[in-house]
Order: sequence, then C-alpha cells, then structure tokens
Amino acid sequence: MKTETQIPASAIEVQTRKIKIFGVGGAGVILADALNHEEFAGAQFVVVDTDAQSLAASSATVKFHLETKLLRGLGTGGDPERGKVLAEEQFSTLKSACENCDVIFILAGLGGGAGSGISPVVARAAKETGALVLAFVTQPFLCEGNRRQSQAAQSFEQLKSVADGVICLPNQKAFKLIDENTSVLETFRITGGLLLESVRGIWQLLTRPGLIQIHFDDLCKLVRDQHSESAFAFVEAGGAARSREAVEKLLKHPLLDEGRALTEANAILVSLTGGKDLTMAEVNRVMEQIGRHCERAQIIMGAAIDGSMKQKLSVTLIAAKNAPVKAETSAASHEEMNLREASSRYGVRQAASALNLEQREQIVSRRPRRDKSKMLQTQLPLAIISKGRFDKSEPTIHKGEDLDIPTFIRRGVPLN
Amino acid sequence: MFDDSNIIVGLEIGTSKVCAVVGEVTAEGALNIIGLGQSRSRGVRKGEIVDTAQAEEDIRNAIVEAEQMADVEIRSVYLGVSGGHIRGFNNRGVHPVVSADREISQDDIDDVIKNAKAINLPAENNVVHAVRQHFFVDGQDGVQNPVGMLGSRLEVDMHVVHGNTNRLQNSIRLVKGLQLDVEEIVFNGLASSLALLSGEQKELGALVIDIGGGTTDFVVYSDGVIKHTGVLAVGGDHISNDLAFGLKVPLSRGEKLKLEHGSAIVDEAVKGQTVAITNELGLTLKTVNVEHLQRIMSLRLEEIFQLIAQDLENAGLFDYLRAGVFLCGGGARIPQITRLAEQILQMPVTPGQTNSVSGIKSALDQPEFVTAIGLAKFGSFKNRKREGKSGLKGIIGKFLQRS
Repeated sequence: MKTETQIPASAIEVQTRKIKIFGVGGAGVILADALNHEEFAGAQFVVVDTDAQSLAASSATVKFHLETKLLRGLGTGGDPERGKVLAEEQFSTLKSACENCDVIFILAGLGGGAGSGISPVVARAAKETGALVLAFVTQPFLCEGNRRQSQAAQSFEQLKSVADGVICLPNQKAFKLIDENTSVLETFRITGGLLLESVRGIWQLLTRPGLIQIHFDDLCKLVRDQHSESAFAFVEAGGAARSREAVEKLLKHPLLDEGRALTEANAILVSLTGGKDLTMAEVNRVMEQIGRHCERAQIIMGAAIDGSMKQKLSVTLIAAKNAPVKAETSAASHEEMNLREASSRYGVRQAASALNLEQREQIVSRRPRRDKSKMLQTQLPLAIISKGRFDKSEPTIHKGEDLDIPTFIRRGVPLN
Repeated sequence: MFDDSNIIVGLEIGTSKVCAVVGEVTAEGALNIIGLGQSRSRGVRKGEIVDTAQAEEDIRNAIVEAEQMADVEIRSVYLGVSGGHIRGFNNRGVHPVVSADREISQDDIDDVIKNAKAINLPAENNVVHAVRQHFFVDGQDGVQNPVGMLGSRLEVDMHVVHGNTNRLQNSIRLVKGLQLDVEEIVFNGLASSLALLSGEQKELGALVIDIGGGTTDFVVYSDGVIKHTGVLAVGGDHISNDLAFGLKVPLSRGEKLKLEHGSAIVDEAVKGQTVAITNELGLTLKTVNVEHLQRIMSLRLEEIFQLIAQDLENAGLFDYLRAGVFLCGGGARIPQITRLAEQILQMPVTPGQTNSVSGIKSALDQPEFVTAIGLAKFGSFKNRKREGKSGLKGIIGKFLQRS
C-alpha cells in the first residue's frame, strides 16, 4: 500500500511543476518543434516569431505572431531593435502567456533580428511572473559576419542580466564535431541537437523521480540571480565500461572546452540517470572523476532511475561560473549613477550601464524608445593577462590551468 | 702529476644562478666541500636553457670561481637537470627463477633489473635515473638483497626518472663545449634529497621540496628508497612575475620587493602598510601596499604546496612521510614558508640542513646550495662504487683515462 501511495505523490509533484517552452525566432521555432513530442508531454509550447511562414509550419499550441505595418510582412530584417520594439509592444500579452508557470525555457538562435531582439524581452516578461527562466541559445558561426556576432553578444548580455540561467552554444564549437563532408543542413542539425540535449537533460532533472534527488531549489540556487554563464553537457554511454565512457565523453565535450569549463566553474550540478542496473560504484566513479577536475566548485549531485534506459547511463552536467563583470541589477539610483559616470568609465561598464538604462526605461515606460541614439557598445576583451617573463616560453599547463598566470588572478582574489 | 681522481664537482645550471661545488673525497670516503663558485644565471627559464651564449658565459664564470677557490682544475662535473619535462614513475620487472634448486643468483637479479628497466618511453624521451626500490620474492614484499634466497618468481620495483632527450642534451652539450666532461646527469630533486636526508629519515619517509627559481622539484623517500619524484615548472621567478603584474612594477623591482618585503603568510602587522618605490634620485614613483604584495606571494606559494599535496595524495604517499617535509632552494628563505607548508601539508616542515658533508660552513648553511652539494655527494657515491670495482678493469680504466 505504502509504495502505491508514494508513487502518485511524486507524480503530483511533477504535475505541479509547470513548464513552458518558448521558441523565439526562426531557429527557436524549429528547436521547439523538434522537442514537441511525447517525451515532453507535460510541457506547453509557445512559439514567438515575426515570420508568419515559420509559425504556420510549427506544431506548437500557442503562437504569437508579432507583426506591424512597419515590417510589411518581411520580418525584422535582421535588426534586433525592431524585434525588441515589437516585443515591447506586446509585452503584456507575452507576460500573460508566461503566467502560472514554474519554469520557462526559452529557445532561440541569437544573431538575427527576432531571436536576439525578442528573447530578452520574453525572458523579462517571464521573470516578472516569478518563474525560473532558463534560456538555451546558440551563437552564430564566425563566418556569419561580425554584425551578427555583435548582435548575438549584446543579446546574450541582455539575456544574462534578466534570465536566471543562460546556456549558450556557440555554433563555432560545432566545427570540432563535423568534418569536411558535413553538409550545412547536417551541421545545423548537430548544433540544434546539442542544444536540445541540454533541454532534455534539465527536463529529466525536473521531471524524473530521483533516488538521490536534486531539489528544484538546488537548480534554482545554481542558476538563479548569479547571472552566471553556464556550460552544459549531456552525454550518454552504454556497455560495461559505461561510467568511464561517460566521463571521457564529458571531458571531450565541445561545450565544456575540453574540461576547462569544469576547472573554472564555481558550482557544478551533476545528474546521473541510468537503468535499474545502475550501480553505486558507477555513480561513485563518475563523481570522483568529475570532482577531480573541479576541486574549487560546489558540487550538487543527483541520481535517478529510468526503467526504459537499459544498460545505459546518461549524465547531465551544468557548470556555472560567476560572470566576471557583474551586470548591475535593478537598483534605480545605482543606475542613474552609472549613467552619469558612463562616459568616464571603461567600455564594459559603459555597455552594461547603458544596457541597464535602456532596460529600465523600457520597464518604466513600456514604450519603445527610438528617438535616443543607441548607446550600446560591444564588450572589449579586457581579460588580456600578460604573462610577462613567461610570455614566450612554453606554458606550464596543469589540469587545464595555465600556471604562468598569477594565482590571484586565476582564483579571482580581489586586490583593491 | 696532480691526482684529481678524488675531486668531485657538482654543477647546477639553475634559473637564478649557476652554481659549481667542488668536493674532495677523503680517505674514509666522506665528502669535504673545498670550493664553491656561483654566477647569476641569465640564459635559463623554468630550469631550461633558452639562451646558450649567456648560459655558457655564466657557467664559465661559476667554474672559474670554484676552481680558484678550491685551487684545482675542474675536468669533469656531475650535472644537475630539471625542467617541466622531467617525470618519474614506478615500474616493475618480473623474472622467473629457472635454476633447478630455485636459488636466486646474481644473474637472476641482473636479469630482473634489466626487465624493470625495459620501459615503454616515448621515442623522444630518455631515462635520467633508474633507481632500484625493493625486490619481491614470490610476492613477498620488502626484500633488499635476495641473493641466496629460494623462490620461483623474482620481481623488482624501479623508480624511473625520464625527460625529453633534446632538452637534456642542451645543457650537456653546453657543458661539453666548455671542455668539461659530464660524468653523469642527475635530477636536481634527487641531488637535493641526497644532501639533506639522513639514512634514518629516508627510512622513516620524507618529502624534500626544492623551491628553485624556475622549478619546484620534489622527491619522496620511504622505506629507504625513492618512491616518487616530480617537477613543477613554477618557482621563485613566478612569484616575482606575479608581483610585477599585480603591483604594476617592473620585473626587477618585483624581484627586489619579494626579497625585501616578501612573506609566505600575510603578516597581520603589515595591514595598511605601504612601501614607496623611489627612482635613482630618491623621488617616490609609486607606493605599494605590502599586504597585497604578501597576499600575491602567499597565494602562489599556497598553490605550489597544494599541487604537490595533490600529487602525493594521488600517489597515495601522504601517510608514509613520518619524518616530515624538508625545504630547500632559494624559496626556503621566504619568511614564514615553513608555517605555510605546515598548514597545507599538515605535517612537520623543517628548513633543510645539509648534513654528512664537511667543509666550508658558509656554503653548507645556504639552502640555495643544497642541490649543488647534493650533486657532489651523488658523485662521491658513484666514485666509491667505482673504486669498489677494483681489479684489472679498474686499473686499466684509470690508465686509459690518464693517457
């Protein structure tokens, strides 16, 4: 009897955790559609785009077509400002669509007009309803030109400042996975696939009953309000040596930069899912190997059993790093100070404060601002660390760390 | 003709200095240090030569100084090597005893050692040392000399130190270019441990950490044999560089600040204190916060010890260091370093003292010279062994050497 009562209890818990998946922009709609099958039966799909054609092809239940006369049915034309303006106009509608949800996933391809422009607005709308907002985005290939790159980078910064967690896949990293003969179509399928894997990983984390449960709170704590940059990996392995294989795959995972993301991480969440034959020794082996690579990080671990996964082991890993430049949050006075000082500060701060200014004004007025000139400035690579004396000598690499760089910089110890 | 067969010279080409130590083996076989020469090193980074012309000049200066002090002519040296490319690992050789009575003979021992030395190294690497640890007879541990014992299966553990051939050859060629013979190359960490540890300490288990200018070498002894060696291509130079970067001063000034105000642990008393950096006219150019200076240093040193601790933990040797930790090299001079090391390694740490060597007191007390003295000591051991192999071969060998 007892067991019977327990199972529905967990089922109820799953039910109460309402999840919505937003696909934003052309790429986002395609990604959302790819997810829309029975495995994600519990989720509600919402697609948002400026292009009627892509929406028409989508199987999602809720569709938002952002359209004004301004666009003449031609979409945003690759300008994120237009996308943003449209989204701001529909802000209240978007917000109502986000209501009554615990977790909202936003899928988008950054770089274009719709994805880059709309998704930060959606994230903000979702955030205002009090849900946990996780954005899964791709960044364009380098060959797509620097305009798209900078648009994507700006949008990424905006997303980071509003969403709880952003998992970003630079498409460029997919080059490690493809060869000379891979077609363009196939390449996009691979990058999309990687992103979808991460959605699936989080989905499993939230919906599967765990033996060693990762609480919903843990996930929130890991990604919420730290405005962290997260690296994500999802791997599956089978066979007798599956635990070793899984770790190897993880360390080679393109999204983890050959394990570098692990060494730099401040917090790591690992979730293992296996069939009924999952042994404790395997769990231990995986955790030990991962732990060895990230000694400074706080590790949150969970394990779950899925009856349908025979002889298989899947590992979901989220590595969160505190963002080096913390975007100022919504304290208005702080921002005004930033505005005044903006001209005298460094490029990064300028960009951040300008960004915040814009956001704040949008929150206050709910109206698009077109009259003001754009104050956005792309981020400068300020992280150039000279190795001084060792500049030209062979670097001393120890477990992914360059020991020639001063320790206090690598460990982020502030010297005021 | 002056007989110099009992003169042994250790030469260390370090990152911050080149040091030559002249030792004399007394009739009883003990080593007596009679001369020491040193020169500032300018052609070495992280323990490896990067500028041959500079390095050559520095070596020559050091050798000349040592020759003058000891009043001998130096013909051959024991050369110390280090660098991030050097690795150590343990290897086991197996040999079945085939003789009818199952008695282990010297031939069996030679065979098993040969097997243990047959290791699979990358093509570009060369063995620096292969040090015998213990024998196993039919799985029985800790046999030191199995000759005459009965058994069917003889095994031996060897500790093999190896490094990149080309990089090792660089320093050898440089020394040979100065018309000096290289008797043997010796891993610096091993030399330091020879100079510092007594037999008892080796038996109890000890860790020797040599914090040099460009590298930190470490060696673990346990049960009287070398169990583990390692090189971390991080040293005092890195501290100076960190200071130069963190305090925004030139490198030479960073070095000077390190020597004058450095500490391994941030001293409570220096909080808020500043030091003025002046130019040649005595005008203040910049003030530097001493607390920051010490914090930068402390973090770097802490990391060095943590990396070593991690390495030992992986090798499973942490519980075997009953005699504690011994520090040497220029890094051992840093104030409070023993306390920092104790905090991180959680065992007693002592600044190393060269023992079982007699001679110039000023040389023996300096932690910087430990390696060079150890090199000479290594030479004296080899010498003793060679003399032990007396008989026709030895005499002919000597004769050939002289002619």
